[in-house]
Amino acid sequence: MDKSFGALKVLDELSFRVDPGERVTLIGPSGSGKTTILRLLMTLEKVTPKADPERDGGVVWVEGQPYSHMEKRGRLVPANERWLRRRRSSVGMVFQQFNLFPNMRVLRNVTEAQVHVAGRSKEEAEAKARDLLELVGLSDKTDAYPSHLSGGQQQRVAIARALAMDPDILLLDEVTSALDPELVADVLAVLRDIADTTSITMLCVTHEMGFARDVSDRVMMFDSGRIVEQGPPEAMFSEPQEARTQDFLRAVLAE
Amino acid sequence: MQTGWSNETVREIFPAMWDGFLVVLQVTLVAGIIAVVLGLFVAIGERGGPVWLRRPLSLAFQFIRNTPLLVQVLIVWTATSLYINPDWSAFAVGSAVLGVHYASYTSESFRAGIDAIPQGQWEAATALNLPTRRVWGAVVLPQMFRRSAAAVGNWIIAMFKEVPTLFVIGVMEMVAQARAFQGQHYTGAVEGYTIAGLLFLAASYPVAVAMRRLEIRFAKSNY
Repeated sequence: MDKSFGALKVLDELSFRVDPGERVTLIGPSGSGKTTILRLLMTLEKVTPKADPERDGGVVWVEGQPYSHMEKRGRLVPANERWLRRRRSSVGMVFQQFNLFPNMRVLRNVTEAQVHVAGRSKEEAEAKARDLLELVGLSDKTDAYPSHLSGGQQQRVAIARALAMDPDILLLDEVTSALDPELVADVLAVLRDIADTTSITMLCVTHEMGFARDVSDRVMMFDSGRIVEQGPPEAMFSEPQEARTQDFLRAVLAE
Repeated sequence: MQTGWSNETVREIFPAMWDGFLVVLQVTLVAGIIAVVLGLFVAIGERGGPVWLRRPLSLAFQFIRNTPLLVQVLIVWTATSLYINPDWSAFAVGSAVLGVHYASYTSESFRAGIDAIPQGQWEAATALNLPTRRVWGAVVLPQMFRRSAAAVGNWIIAMFKEVPTLFVIGVMEMVAQARAFQGQHYTGAVEGYTIAGLLFLAASYPVAVAMRRLEIRFAKSNY
């Protein structure tokens, strides 16, 4: 697939697949298109359309079904809002800036979509929210407003909010980049825990190489909208083949 | 013809002025409801409505905002009494025109409140797949109200002070009352207009102070 913003080509004939339950980490310099991939998968951006998707590609597929596109009279056409609404419920996302709803208390941040999207009863949604908030270590903050929480706590609420919808695929977009260094560990611990105890497919954009090494099955190195190199984390981190990967890792690990 | 201030005249004209003041409050209530409700719908329409509707809606209300209220009042009053229904009261027509005119301002304040909400809020709502109604009702509007309340309140105070414009079509607010009294008694204009000014001040000042407090309270709140 391609993705352009005006004349700027952010993703360049990119093609890759992720297996169910696989943990993939996307690394690379800023502006290399990592975040754009997550945003495409969350339908916050649209792939740049191609004249003939069957032949030219440019289609995101999820679970064997077209995702960015839909079938209409036997042809693939860009998906409309109704189609996206149906399909994206299997995908959840955690953002760099948390994006909790500031007008809702913590508990309602986690129940809102459960009740109004998943159609659960209020009691059921609250029970699930309390379980998840306990999982992320915040069972004592259910009645707080997000503005009264630290960044790390807000991000853990955001993780609980995404998990409450039982996504098959979880997108993590630089989830620790906006946090003070001492708050990063708690958030990563929660994510490690989720990686160990669930089979959710995870796509993760991060600069935390230790975390990437521990949880991911595969690391993909991006530059200029292309995959430069990919492989299991041990191989990628200990003996990267491409000069750009070596330079990037040297720069990041020197920090 | 008597000239100069007369306390006797003040006593005589005051009941009529008080009646006029009550009419001003009634107009403010009706027009205020129109201004807030319509303004809100226009702002939502401009930001969340069908794409084909956004531009025309914005242009229509820009037109209303950029033509004088007095002209609008006269045109609509003339048109309704000539072509639609001569029995419609000046009170009803005047309140409606005033309300729509000020909706063109409140919609701008509501729209600014919507635009001030970080993009991430919309994206989080999309990521959770919230239905459009919840995105607006549970996420956007509650955050917008905090940001817009004080500005909209100030528009309502401004509107309140413009109710006397409606005297030209015969709404018996305070200016019309003073003129009627003067027509009968050949005196009382100065006293009447002074009373009108004082009543406006007495009513709008406390509201303006309350709006200021509201603004400060919202600025300190959780979101």
